Amino acid sequence: MAKNLVGNHIRKLRFNHNEMTQQQLADKVGVTRQTIVALEKGNYSPSLELAFRISRAFGLPIEEIFFYGDDTSQ
Amino acid sequence: MTYQEKKSITTLISAVLIFAVYCLYKYAQYPEEGMALEESIRYWGSFVLVLTLVSIVAHIVINIIFNIIFRITTGEKEPAFADELDKLIELKANRNSFFLFILGFLLAMVSLATDRPLNLMFLILIASGFLSDVTGSITKLYHYRKGV
Repeated sequence: MAKNLVGNHIRKLRFNHNEMTQQQLADKVGVTRQTIVALEKGNYSPSLELAFRISRAFGLPIEEIFFYGDDTSQ
Repeated sequence: MTYQEKKSITTLISAVLIFAVYCLYKYAQYPEEGMALEESIRYWGSFVLVLTLVSIVAHIVINIIFNIIFRITTGEKEPAFADELDKLIELKANRNSFFLFILGFLLAMVSLATDRPLNLMFLILIASGFLSDVTGSITKLYHYRKGV
């Protein structure tokens, strides 16, 4: 399986937001916990719509949550 | 292991078991050599129809039992909907499943075109149906574990 080029800081941001659980985030953005698990492991790149919903859930711009390639400058 | 992974494994095992048990049951009723063509066709037609019915009922029952056991052992509820990842994996599984079935179908047609016994065509079609079902489950399990 080719490595996904879209990375994220979802796990770190969850902990920084009152230690939000994967299930709580999943409920907020309208997906299953499995999808949040896959996102955090880097096994799945979300759709644009889901990326926007996640950014709204954290109250942060998309660029502070997701990055492309090896750019982890957040 | 998540719900979807466990469900994929359960579906895979149950598909194999249901098919194996049913084949063993029907083997006893296999038409003898020299049976009339109509008799042979009727046998295979009933084989497929009854297998379809039995598979649907068995999968529903197994699914219900699986969900009950899952709730009891994990305390979690099964997902109430299919999100984008579920739909994407479903599409990939269906694609692989259909591809394999088409391959089997073409092989069955080759057997007809090369004057092989009619029974062989039915065997190939039924086997490819089973293998396509298994392939779909394996594809789902693979993507739920490794990602998309």
